[in-house]
Amino acid sequence: MRTRADYVIVGGGISGAAIAYNLAKKGETDIVVIEKSYMTAGATGRCGAGVRQQWGTKMNCTIAKMAIEFFENAEEILDYDGDIEFKQRGYLVVASNKDEDEQFAKNVALQNSLGIPTKHLTPKQAQDIVPHLNTENMTSATFCATDGHLNPFTMTDAYYKAARRLGVKIHTGTSVEDIVVENGRVQAVVTDKGTIKTDVVINAAGGYAKQIGDMAGVDIPVFSQNREILVTEPVEPFQNPMVISFSKNIYCQQVPHGAFIMGRGDDREPGLSTESTWRFLDEMAKTAVGLLPPLGELRVIRQWGGLYNMSPDRQPIISGTDEVQGFYMACGFSGHGFMFAPMTGLLLSELILGEETTVPMDELALSRFDGKDLEAYETSVV
Amino acid sequence: MKNEDIVICRCSDVTLADLYELFEQGYDNFEELKRIARVGMGPCQGNTCAKMIQWEIAKYFDRPLEACAIKNIRPFTMGVKLQAIKEAAEDED
Ligand SMILES: Cc1cc2nc3c(=O)[nH]c(=O)nc-3n(C[C@H](O)[C@H](O)[C@H](O)COP(=O)(O)OP(=O)(O)OC[C@H]3O[C@@H](n4cnc5c(N)ncnc54)[C@H](O)[C@@H]3O)c2cc1C
Repeated sequence: MRTRADYVIVGGGISGAAIAYNLAKKGETDIVVIEKSYMTAGATGRCGAGVRQQWGTKMNCTIAKMAIEFFENAEEILDYDGDIEFKQRGYLVVASNKDEDEQFAKNVALQNSLGIPTKHLTPKQAQDIVPHLNTENMTSATFCATDGHLNPFTMTDAYYKAARRLGVKIHTGTSVEDIVVENGRVQAVVTDKGTIKTDVVINAAGGYAKQIGDMAGVDIPVFSQNREILVTEPVEPFQNPMVISFSKNIYCQQVPHGAFIMGRGDDREPGLSTESTWRFLDEMAKTAVGLLPPLGELRVIRQWGGLYNMSPDRQPIISGTDEVQGFYMACGFSGHGFMFAPMTGLLLSELILGEETTVPMDELALSRFDGKDLEAYETSVV
Repeated sequence: MKNEDIVICRCSDVTLADLYELFEQGYDNFEELKRIARVGMGPCQGNTCAKMIQWEIAKYFDRPLEACAIKNIRPFTMGVKLQAIKEAAEDED
């Protein structure tokens, strides 16, 4: 193993991949990625891989829109020989009460002002898009045709292959155990396979981001929560868009090879468990069959869990810190870090290299929480 | 029989030739192969292919069989309809 590197990235998920690629593309190629398990072992390999621009904050909308523009061209940009399976079949977001409907009217106005082509629909219009949708107790819906989903494994693989070609080194099966800080500066990363001297360490450890922060003495106000998800047997295509509802607590899509993937966000004790529970299964079955009745005929073949890393305002933390020079982080994605990854990589590489950033990053900085009341303001979260 | 004609994973239609191609690209463990080629993700959940893939990994990379981990066992053992789960849950309520 290497004993020195210009940059050490902790975590082999989509964030670590996108950061490594972006730094390397800017000419910084002396990079080591440390992954304790295998690539995409964390949330990235467990996620729904949906990408949507229908958010309630300007920052989230802006980042998502730019990320989608990247995904549209990702295979060419990354010169990938595989298939990232990017399908833009839209997201249908269902409102089931008046408050939600009013919030959605505001969201659509915001999204349209940013060039996102979302439409506010009646239940009937929603049913034209998803004929098997149960419109009982439904107030309205919003639909954005350019939202979609990807294959999380091949998308991450595409980034890593491109990064490797630029010289990035990846060590899987290697765990970061400590970060040496002296005189307020990062000095080295200690792993179970040896120590790597470095000036810059980047925390892309997903559900374990807080623990990595603690190693460097940086207090990151995030916590992790188990989110469960299931997949059915593959069937003939019959549902184009992802269907989601915040109030009913469901997201559900049919992926290109025919399986349905669905999940929900039951409020759990913070922790690092990714267990599968029968409670999830029960609630998921009731919600899915209620909203999309024909799905009752589908057989569930697998269920699993993964970690959401939650920030106080449900926006990511893509930042350095004055406390420790050379310590950077990309975490707190609050359940939408897959779709933001192209921007995570771009913005963090710009920040690290002292370039002007593509979008202002104050709202993503760790320092935004200093002495503030930490209140959630992105409400469009499952 | 040619490697292209030997089907290792029936659910996701992966042949021995496909597997060798992935080995050459550096995918050397079940978890990564599963994610890139969908082996073990179909209706049989790896009950048909996992042992064969473990064997092929051991042979190709010259490792002891015990050193080649296979899949995590996750629920379900067999497919169950969402409707049946819903009805059972409502009976309990
Ligand atoms: C069920 C579920 C559904 C989701 N659906 C969506 C969706 O539809 N759209 C979307 O955009 N997002 C979704 N998300 C969120 C998304 O998965 C995450 O935000 C994103 O994958 C985070 O990527 P990451 O690279 O930052 O973290 P991760 O993918 O978690 O990667 C972190 C890596 O760090 C490694 N690591 C941890 N500690 C150490 C250590 N000490 N040493 C070395 N390595 C270490 C881990 O093994 C892991 O591989 C979902 C998440 C879940 C759980």
